[in-house]
Amino acid sequence: MRKTAAILAGIAILSLSGMAFGAEIVMNGSTTVLPIAQAAAEKYMAANEGVKISVSGGGSGNGIKAIIDGTTDIANSSRFIKLEEVKTAVEKGTYPVPFAVAMDALLPIIHPDNPVRDLSIDQLQAIYSGKITSWKDVGGEDKPIAVVGRDTSSGTYETWQEIVLKKERVSPRALIVASSGAMLTTVAKNKYAIGYDGIGYINNTVKPLMVNGKKGSVETVLDGSYPIARFLYMFTKGWPTGEIMKFINYMLGDEGQKVVASTGFVPMRILK
Amino acid sequence: MKDRLPGTIVKGISSAGILVMLFILYFLFREGLPVLRSVTLKELFWGDLWYPAESPPILGMFPLIAGTLAVTGLSSLLAVPFSLLIAVFVSEMAPRPIREFLKPILELLGFFPSIVLGFIGMAALAPWLQETFDMLSGLNLLNASLLLGILTIPVVSSLAEEALGAVPQDLRDASYALGATRWETTRKVVIPSALPGILSASLLGVMRAMGETMVVLMAAGGAAIIPKSVFDPVRPLTSTIAAEMGETPVGSPHYSALFFGGMILLVMTLTVNLLSAWIEKKGKMVK
Repeated sequence: MRKTAAILAGIAILSLSGMAFGAEIVMNGSTTVLPIAQAAAEKYMAANEGVKISVSGGGSGNGIKAIIDGTTDIANSSRFIKLEEVKTAVEKGTYPVPFAVAMDALLPIIHPDNPVRDLSIDQLQAIYSGKITSWKDVGGEDKPIAVVGRDTSSGTYETWQEIVLKKERVSPRALIVASSGAMLTTVAKNKYAIGYDGIGYINNTVKPLMVNGKKGSVETVLDGSYPIARFLYMFTKGWPTGEIMKFINYMLGDEGQKVVASTGFVPMRILK
Repeated sequence: MKDRLPGTIVKGISSAGILVMLFILYFLFREGLPVLRSVTLKELFWGDLWYPAESPPILGMFPLIAGTLAVTGLSSLLAVPFSLLIAVFVSEMAPRPIREFLKPILELLGFFPSIVLGFIGMAALAPWLQETFDMLSGLNLLNASLLLGILTIPVVSSLAEEALGAVPQDLRDASYALGATRWETTRKVVIPSALPGILSASLLGVMRAMGETMVVLMAAGGAAIIPKSVFDPVRPLTSTIAAEMGETPVGSPHYSALFFGGMILLVMTLTVNLLSAWIEKKGKMVK
């Protein structure tokens, strides 16, 4: 009996001390930001013993909703907060604070054998909405264009919709693939295909296109001349304090930005 | 008392199993039905545009249902004749050693992981189709149906083979005694008397094709249009649910629409299932 009590007391003390010394940060949100968050969390936990960061990806909308409901500490988002979300947050008495932690660029990609090199945003819009259906119309061979897009729920799709398609709808005839990897395979295997992928995914099985005469790269994204780029955010509930503030500072500092670069995304500044 | 115990255990565990299934049904309906608050049933079934991420969302499921039916129909059309010939060969024609070799292989192939097949479709079959038939893209109805056919052939043929094998030897012997050849016996005696079993094996294959997700997600092209030819890309219900559920905000109309798609699938497979049960019952009555 006494033994049991002693063990119970021991467990109680251990768990109490665990609470006192180990800070826990919960992150939720965009699957686009997920690789950055995951890599940064691992590095940060390795450097700061006792800190536990749990990362999950449920989409930008879910992350921001979780910040408003108070079920997460940091919301990863591949878009800025929407007006209705700010309204809901204020009604519930919270104020989500955005931190831009990285940039992402989307590059149009085609088969390496395709002679086309450069397309304007307007041409891309016409191709994706189904108004241009032949490569001939954009300086290529007299062949039909196989348009490949992403699922409507992905953050990549959302950016493409916003910057390239604007108010137009993607043609229902466009092929839709479920992941960035499937996009690469599909374009690499189809001579007439055009697709798009985040800058970190692109390899030499496909040919990235210039947009409005600008090559998509870390430099052109940072100087703002490459048009299909966006910020990736981490939102906190109010101004961050304690361990959360330390983590955000880490993300924005050189260490965190190196992690961003290593995951294939564009850091917020040129790193030495 | 001792005798009752096993009965009680069986009852207890089986009713737990049934409860779990009822709960799944309840969950499906609870999550799916709220979609009717944002769109009418008519728009949901007959609308031919699927833009679920717009606000307000456009949730026309007709292309998705058409995609499911097209892929199921074409793959069954491709697979069933093959399966039946394989079954007849293995059961009636093949010499014993070959049969003993083929049967386990067929059964084993029935468990081939569909993601491997989907990858073959995406990386090998689609480029080949593109080159050979000069298509815009090899990711289409034909590609997915070919792969689904390959996936269902082992299942259907091994079940049909069992149905043929279950025909009593007496019937064959009687036929031979009347001077019929082996082919006449197979065609006029064995196949007719195994017909209900063969049909229900085929319908099981149809259900397998209808519920298959991975292959259609990777190889069908994913465009939400009503296919006009076998070279058109399609987006069946299963691949839509698989591709979109992950990033859909919980509780949104899009989310419930995906669950509603699950309900439609359930009704479709249930219909095939009831058909197969009805055929089997009829077959028993004839005997």
